[in-house]
Amino acid sequence: MTRYTYYPGCTLKTTAKNFEDSTLASSEVLDIELVEPERWNCCGTVHALATDDVMHHLAPIRNMIRVEELKEQDMVDNKKMVTLCAMCYNTLKRANEVFKSDRDKKKKIHDTMYREDIQYSGNVEIVHLLEVLREGGWDEVKSAVKKPLTGLKVAPYYGCLLLRPRGIGIDDTDNPTIMENLIEALGAEVVDFSHKQKCCGSYHTVHMKEAVADLSYNILKQAEDAGANILVTACPLCEYNLGPRQTQIRKQYPSFDSIPVVYFTQLMALAFGLDEEATAFEANKPDPMPLLTEMGLMEKNKNGSNK
Amino acid sequence: MSSFGSKQTLRFNPGENTFKNRVNELSGENVDLCFQCGACSSGCPMTQEMDYLPSTIIRMIQLGLEESLESKTIWTCMTCFNCEVRCPRGIDIANVMEALRQLVLRKKYNRVSLDDLTQEELRELPQIAIISNQRKLTA
Amino acid sequence: MEATNEMVTIYVMGKKYEVPGDLTIMKAMEYAGHQFRRGSGCRGGYCGACATLYRTKGSYKLEGALACQKIVEDGMYIAQIPFNPAEKITYNINELRPDANTILEYYPEVSRCLSCNTCTKACPQDIMVMDYVQTALRGDIAKTAELSFDCISCGLCAVRCPAEIVPYNVATLARRLNAKYIDGPSQHVLDRVKEVEEEIYDEDIDKLMKASKEELAELYNNREVDLSE
Repeated sequence: MTRYTYYPGCTLKTTAKNFEDSTLASSEVLDIELVEPERWNCCGTVHALATDDVMHHLAPIRNMIRVEELKEQDMVDNKKMVTLCAMCYNTLKRANEVFKSDRDKKKKIHDTMYREDIQYSGNVEIVHLLEVLREGGWDEVKSAVKKPLTGLKVAPYYGCLLLRPRGIGIDDTDNPTIMENLIEALGAEVVDFSHKQKCCGSYHTVHMKEAVADLSYNILKQAEDAGANILVTACPLCEYNLGPRQTQIRKQYPSFDSIPVVYFTQLMALAFGLDEEATAFEANKPDPMPLLTEMGLMEKNKNGSNK
Repeated sequence: MSSFGSKQTLRFNPGENTFKNRVNELSGENVDLCFQCGACSSGCPMTQEMDYLPSTIIRMIQLGLEESLESKTIWTCMTCFNCEVRCPRGIDIANVMEALRQLVLRKKYNRVSLDDLTQEELRELPQIAIISNQRKLTA
Repeated sequence: MEATNEMVTIYVMGKKYEVPGDLTIMKAMEYAGHQFRRGSGCRGGYCGACATLYRTKGSYKLEGALACQKIVEDGMYIAQIPFNPAEKITYNINELRPDANTILEYYPEVSRCLSCNTCTKACPQDIMVMDYVQTALRGDIAKTAELSFDCISCGLCAVRCPAEIVPYNVATLARRLNAKYIDGPSQHVLDRVKEVEEEIYDEDIDKLMKASKEELAELYNNREVDLSE
């Protein structure tokens, strides 16, 4: 069992709790223990791009100090910070790079955070869970599969911040394969489609939801036209824009035929044969359970609830 | 309505504190590298909602036109970095957009407000949406 | 810093005074001739009325303290903050649910928290203010209530917050939600109210009410004080 520091991000504790629940359950099967620090703070969701900005780097760097503290207390086996949310991954990784390369900012950050017990050494590595899975080998994932997702046509949706900008992404920006490899290891069919890296609309969902609905509609339609019956994602904001926002899409495109959107760890939990609490499909909108039950990948109990 | 596009005389200031230099410094990019190939604009998913194309904004900065700060474009950009990966000269156009936004926001300007949201929206929107929205679009 | 018997120099709103070095800021200001009409309350470190900001000579650091608790230091530059402008959002506690996004619904500015820790640095009660704002942001109401327990709403955190959050208002909502919906009623309070209603204490109170001043003095001076609690 390898123990990693686990950084949840704010949303995984609230509206995206299903992402966290399915992750913790499926990681355990793969001998990955995710240790959440007792104290952590919001990473900021977006990286501060202005070159003179120091204030917005405090939040990400503070979290890295937490990783070093856990390692010092021997609660984890390495100095990696595992994230699930693509936005957290991007923000934390970029802040880390800035800290390591800019001596002036490093000094200012240390000076402001004089109340922390230790100074950040710069030695933490930010990784996304997909990278951890890739490092462990796809065969490991395959061997943990009890119920292969045969017949499920999965469209891998990366979104923006998992692959861009150059040098930060977890895979090649032009031809990523990491999600496809995971899907195949779980026994499902990969459906490649043109919009797998197109932005879902991101934070414009707050004040410009019509524009977001347009973008999301295109992504979902392309996935569907390519033959997918389910879409998989790694970011709670993408999931929100492509999932719950479908009610808005339907207002603008009444003939829209929706497909369910789930987190990649939920599919993992399903393939590993874990129970309802682990797959946590209840929170997903639209509901993926009818599709999965129809395909025989989930069982319906006698009292009507799903197993 | 801006005068960009109509005939006007531009006077180039050889001074240090030009608009272009300020944008370059704040973004960490060099807009002079741009040769207007348009790859960024063709990859940008939000051009429908914009008044100027991203490549046009870069051109405006090269020419020192501060009215680029009044465009709708800089607020429509959602920092998806599609432009950054496509630029053949390695310019991060998303960084440049952020610099333009900062130049406006730092003058106590808020593009959006939390007051616009209903209680129901606040209940349903994921934290990630509200936080990133506030970070990008408010002072 | 320890109190000293010597006189020290302090500056109140820019004016210089020599005051005994073992006085609290509040007593020192009164020694200097100021009369408190605002910015003074229980004088016991509990009400939060005497919130004060100060700097000491030679240090750029801006510190926060309660005037009734903090002993003066030589070279202190003092400014009182008797009032912090803040709106307490109106809500009906009976209509709220302790859901993950409830706090965010009433105080959405919590989403602007930069995690800069300025609030914690300003707090005179040694509370981890940033930590509880963060737990509030992610809907952990019980933890927010626990971490903010010592808060006396002095307002120093709110005055300094760059994101313009009012942490003590957020904490109050969290504690109220926690007490009502999560922790549940305090059984010992309910038990005591029942005892009072059953008139268990009426006889003893009656005796005291009828006792003379001398009898009361005797009872008071010979009372047993349990310091273990």
